[in-house]
Amino acid sequence: MKTTQHTAYIENVSRRNLLKGMVGTGGLVLAAQFVPGIAAAAYKTGAGGMPGGAVWDPHVFVSIAPDGIVTIVTHRSEMGTGSRTSLPMVVADEMEADWSKVRIIQAEGNEQKYGNQDTDGSRSIRHFTQPMRACGAAARQMLEHAAALTWGVSDTECRAENHKVIHTPTGKSLGYGELAAAASTLKTPAESTLTLKDPSQFRYIGKGEVQITDLRDITTGKAMYAQDIHVPDMKYAVVARPPVVLGQVKTFDEAAAMKVPGVIKVVKIPATPMPAKFAPLGGVAVIANSTWAAIKGREALKVTWDDGPNKTYNSDTYKAKMQAQARKPGKVERNEGDVDKALAGAAKVVEHEYYIPHGVHVPMEPPAATVQIKDGKAEVWACVQSPGGTRGDVAKTLGLKEEDVKVNVTLLGGGFGRKSKCDFALEAAILSKSMGGAPVKVVWTREDDIHHSFYHSVSYQHVTAGLDKNNKVVAWRHRSVSPSLMSNFMPDPKRESALELGLGLIDTPFDVPNLRLETGEAVAQTRIGWFRSVNNIPHAFAMQSMVAELAAELGKDPKDFLLEMIGPARIVDPRKTVSSELWNYGDPWDTYPVDTAPAVSSSALPRKPAGVANCPKAMASASRFNAAS
Amino acid sequence: MKLKVNQQERSYDGDPQMPLMWYLRDELALTGTKFGCGAGLCGACTVHLDGKAVRSCVTVMKDVSDHAVTTIEGLSADGNHPVQKAWRAANVPQCGYCQCGQIMNAAGLLAENKSPSDEDILAAMSGNICRCGCYQRIFSAIKSAAKEA
Repeated sequence: MKTTQHTAYIENVSRRNLLKGMVGTGGLVLAAQFVPGIAAAAYKTGAGGMPGGAVWDPHVFVSIAPDGIVTIVTHRSEMGTGSRTSLPMVVADEMEADWSKVRIIQAEGNEQKYGNQDTDGSRSIRHFTQPMRACGAAARQMLEHAAALTWGVSDTECRAENHKVIHTPTGKSLGYGELAAAASTLKTPAESTLTLKDPSQFRYIGKGEVQITDLRDITTGKAMYAQDIHVPDMKYAVVARPPVVLGQVKTFDEAAAMKVPGVIKVVKIPATPMPAKFAPLGGVAVIANSTWAAIKGREALKVTWDDGPNKTYNSDTYKAKMQAQARKPGKVERNEGDVDKALAGAAKVVEHEYYIPHGVHVPMEPPAATVQIKDGKAEVWACVQSPGGTRGDVAKTLGLKEEDVKVNVTLLGGGFGRKSKCDFALEAAILSKSMGGAPVKVVWTREDDIHHSFYHSVSYQHVTAGLDKNNKVVAWRHRSVSPSLMSNFMPDPKRESALELGLGLIDTPFDVPNLRLETGEAVAQTRIGWFRSVNNIPHAFAMQSMVAELAAELGKDPKDFLLEMIGPARIVDPRKTVSSELWNYGDPWDTYPVDTAPAVSSSALPRKPAGVANCPKAMASASRFNAAS
Repeated sequence: MKLKVNQQERSYDGDPQMPLMWYLRDELALTGTKFGCGAGLCGACTVHLDGKAVRSCVTVMKDVSDHAVTTIEGLSADGNHPVQKAWRAANVPQCGYCQCGQIMNAAGLLAENKSPSDEDILAAMSGNICRCGCYQRIFSAIKSAAKEA
């Protein structure tokens, strides 16, 4: 960030929606009114385009108790990236709070109140550093103003420093706890009046000295994940799910399962046709007094399945189909020059193929969720990356209003995109309802996780390069074949969508005059999910491997050859040569262009996430800051 | 049957084939012992049985009769076992889910071998998976805990 002055615009979001989600937070000073808006600042991000947008109002995020303890709400899910600590740390730094007096609480799922909570896409720091800075700056200025009013002096004579406000001419001071009541009568300052710290004044940001807030709890066994939730009178459930995606229960016999000591009930979960979004695909649940009884009950359960339309699905056959697609011309997604002509006239043509099989996220903590329904209201405890979406989906599943669903977000024992899908919470909702609202915890075993996940997309990549007589690459044709994750949400597009192509294919940074990127058809026959770096993995695997193979063939150093392929430092702009839209991580092009220049400064905050093909030179040069979290 | 958990006498009359992990987690609410795989493959459920590190997900109740079990909650009275302290000093955890098992396994190693070689550490810890990839910090925390103990 270059300037200390916050230049900003305010985009109105529904005030009614904000107020609807408002809950007082104890001793907070600032609970009377809201400034709706999206914090914008030195650089624009795509935060405002996400559901719920970005909220920065300290009324929502900050409370101060009379004893000076500052409580900061963290609204993103923690799965090991540290954002549960880092975003409150940004608030604390800007508001000059003493970190030892800061407590962190996890927001419930409520995107109207907190802004977007979809913790995926490496967005937490990229999208929320600025709103959290604005939040902290606003709180600081309110405390300074409260001190000025208390002393009857001008604001300019008051400065906040390390948990107190000092009257500069006299040196007298008031602690944040002492100012809490006075600040409670103040309005949140307009965003245009906020003054951000100069980065040289940061106490915590970039210092690497703050430890994660859960460190002690994690090392003493007190940290709570969704698998660890205990609610009074809670029942435990495991589910026998169709062994084939879109298979259905034909018949089931519960008699043997019911004889297992501790088993209470056997419940059929209805099937959902595709596109199912995150709805459970059906099965038979065993509800018991303990996890072990539920597992033994499921073992005793007799179910026959109709395996449905995917019953002959075989990954080897599927691979062969993808290979056939990749070996013939596909749909052109980006085209520059004349690849056919250049390949025909090339001194040498090199072709390689790359296959990535199905993968699964395998978070250390298998999915788990607990739901209880009481007096027409549902309460959820779940390890979800999407607390807001979970709230909406649980409400829909139970026929409740969103405001009657409370989603408590536990720590996540890993996420990797698996826990963006709240199917396990929806199973718990269905099963709680079947038990008259009693709390039911659905436990996914490791086998369930491997068998029934939203798999990483299987992919087949075919790359052809043409070299001239000087061994310079003059033609590059990359065909990508992979079923689309969009098949969860819409009729199967049968090829990678703009979003998937945007993950490291459409933004191919090579400095080659004749370049064509194509996709082939692949029908989704499993549930495809997003995962770490998503399609960057197959795309970059193929591109980087191909470059290394070319280098080996030419007897060149692979790093030098990669840099040669990337060419001079420049902005690669494929916007005019793509067939459809260019998806740019949902972020504005001006902030995040495809930039091949190596970053030299860690103060350059607006940088793309760590996608390999995104930061092409990061593969080859040592120092690239990335703001992924 | 009777057993001791974290120095406390307990009695149990349920399924003798139930894994110790579910007893600790569901019946005693000692959820620091994590469920990761249920098959002895990941190490998240590691506890001490008579002082030795074992996988509680594949240790069944009948085999712990008249034995003493220690979980992460009972590793030290104040949470300051040298391994726990070393873990915090080295900022080992990320998501944290595997860490109780890692700590219990490391404490089990150091109880048996006060000054393990690098190879000893790698061999003892190789069955404890960390999906965040905290292995280097785990390794250095064990080295510093060994020095302190």
